[in-house]
Amino acid sequence: MPSPERGTPPQVADQSARTPVLSAQGLVKHYGQVVAMDGADFDLFPGEILAVIGDNGAGKSTLIKALSGAVIPDSGQIFLNGEAINFRSPLDARRYGIETVHQSLAVAPALNIVDNMFLGREIRRPGPLGSVFRMLDKKKMLADATVYMQDLKFRIQSMQQAVETLSGGQRQGVAVARAAAFARNVIILDEPTAALGVKESGMVLELIQKVRDRGLPVILISHNMPHVFEIADRIHIHRMGKRTAIVRPQAYSMSDVVAIMTGALEVNKQSN
Amino acid sequence: MTTTGPMSTASRRFISFLAAPAVSPLIALVIAVIIFATQSDRFLTGRNFSLIVQQVMVVGTLAIGQTLIILTAGIDLSNGLISALGGVVMTKLAVASGVNPVLAILIGILVCTAFGAVNGLLITRLNLPPFIVTLGTLNIAFALVRIYSTQSITGLPDVQTSLGETFLLGTTAISYGSILMFILYLITWYMLQNTAFGRHIYAVGNDPEAARLTGIPVNRVLLTVYTLAGATYGIGALMLIARTGVGDPQAGQDANLESITAVVLGGTSLFGGRGNVMGTLLGVLIVGVFRNGLQLTGVPSIYQVLITGILVILAVAIDQLSRKARA
Ligand SMILES: Nc1ncnc2c1ncn2[C@@H]1O[C@H](COP(=O)(O)OP(=O)(O)OP(=O)(O)O)[C@@H](O)[C@H]1O
Ligand SMILES: [Mg+2]
Repeated sequence: MPSPERGTPPQVADQSARTPVLSAQGLVKHYGQVVAMDGADFDLFPGEILAVIGDNGAGKSTLIKALSGAVIPDSGQIFLNGEAINFRSPLDARRYGIETVHQSLAVAPALNIVDNMFLGREIRRPGPLGSVFRMLDKKKMLADATVYMQDLKFRIQSMQQAVETLSGGQRQGVAVARAAAFARNVIILDEPTAALGVKESGMVLELIQKVRDRGLPVILISHNMPHVFEIADRIHIHRMGKRTAIVRPQAYSMSDVVAIMTGALEVNKQSN
Repeated sequence: MTTTGPMSTASRRFISFLAAPAVSPLIALVIAVIIFATQSDRFLTGRNFSLIVQQVMVVGTLAIGQTLIILTAGIDLSNGLISALGGVVMTKLAVASGVNPVLAILIGILVCTAFGAVNGLLITRLNLPPFIVTLGTLNIAFALVRIYSTQSITGLPDVQTSLGETFLLGTTAISYGSILMFILYLITWYMLQNTAFGRHIYAVGNDPEAARLTGIPVNRVLLTVYTLAGATYGIGALMLIARTGVGDPQAGQDANLESITAVVLGGTSLFGGRGNVMGTLLGVLIVGVFRNGLQLTGVPSIYQVLITGILVILAVAIDQLSRKARA
């Protein structure tokens, strides 16, 4: 596989608006006997909210882990702005401005909200305190993190409380706020509303739309069909390790989509 | 909030108060000091405290590396023997091979650091459990010490024992080694609290997969921690030869368990990701105060072992209960 060429400008396709921001072809991933991805394709276009749906174990999380550098596929190729790219670690994807809320949330429970928000990209004090003594700028991180959380209007007693003292929904809020704050290219959310109440889910959906309006494309994995139909521009249906269909929510009913997802209904592959 | 199980809110609060960094060990230390002060008028003197610190400075220094490792959810059984090897290398090079004594010290520290790095490499590259790896390197270091020297090395050059020398603060003689130990604690505390690397150590110990997903180079953090720990064992070696005035091939055999004891007494969780190096300092001092206090009050020293055992179990119980209270 070719290695990422960071210096070269993105390929200009004849239809530049239709060059996917992030795409993948033929991704395969085996875990022993289990085939988590079986030739999965993927396309995300600029400025859209793409929902990825599928049964439990269909391979959705594995797909987005490959797209975010957390899993290295056995074969297949990922493209960023049309250019072949290999992520060797989550840090690689992060460097390209791809931020992910993983299903497991990926937070350090004993660290506080601010520490978690800035984990792996801490801000140091200006001047020699930062450059020589590596001192963290705790004030600035606290102030910034407070702003990020306020965007979500989550009620948090103290930003300095350990994440393990938060409710499941609040934890999810921290992970979502972190991704939304730092994404520059793509934001990926793996079931970000799974633990949330009605009001909090609404906040997250609103935030997702705000992010899209900022011009960032969003990948949303969800089992919640009403949510998917409410905000998705396109729906990627995943089944048994690969994409079986892409549909527009306006063109299909929820029950049709569920039928496609479970294999009860066949569709022509690209109905957009 | 729902309360599950028999634990009441008040007892949860009490347990999380006790589990807060350094609270329990501080209480234990203060109580011990008060008891011994009322039992012996020789206890509460500057001279006696200086002595206690000198008695614990070697284990205290090894316990710094041990704390970093335990914070990453690891463990190091090899520290005492790595340190013994470092001590023998420093002294034998200087005394028998005529190497410049300062250079010999640096080589000794380097040997310890390299040993730490080997621990780290085996744990990260081969994905082996720290307990097994350091059990192996414990034996290797032990064998290397005996192969290199079977006898104590005496007649050390002055510069190699300078950490054992003292200066007067008022009327109290304080050893340079004790000061160095306190400085190392302060540096480590600063690193853990105020640098990104410190945050990463906690994150790796908390949940390595979450740390990896947030872009922390988990293996590099681990390798650095084991290597830094090795360096503290080298400094511990220098303190040891300075205190005893010999390069002793028998040294360091209990230091692994003693350092783990101090870390646990200090409230650092053996499950990783929680704790504080200042707690370890308190843990080290608790052991030293009990040993010294019981001696002064004429209690047989075996009772110190008994009390240490009870305190260790108490410390682990508090950690375990606080984990339940959080869950
Ligand atoms: N680390 C792993 N080790 C072994 N098997 C794995 C691993 N990760 C995923 N799998 C397997 O790969 C398949 C796809 O899992 P994946 O988590 O991608 O599904 P999913 O579509 O996200 O499911 P859900 O909707 O339940 O989150 C499953 O059969 C799962 O058991
Ligand atoms: Mg999943």
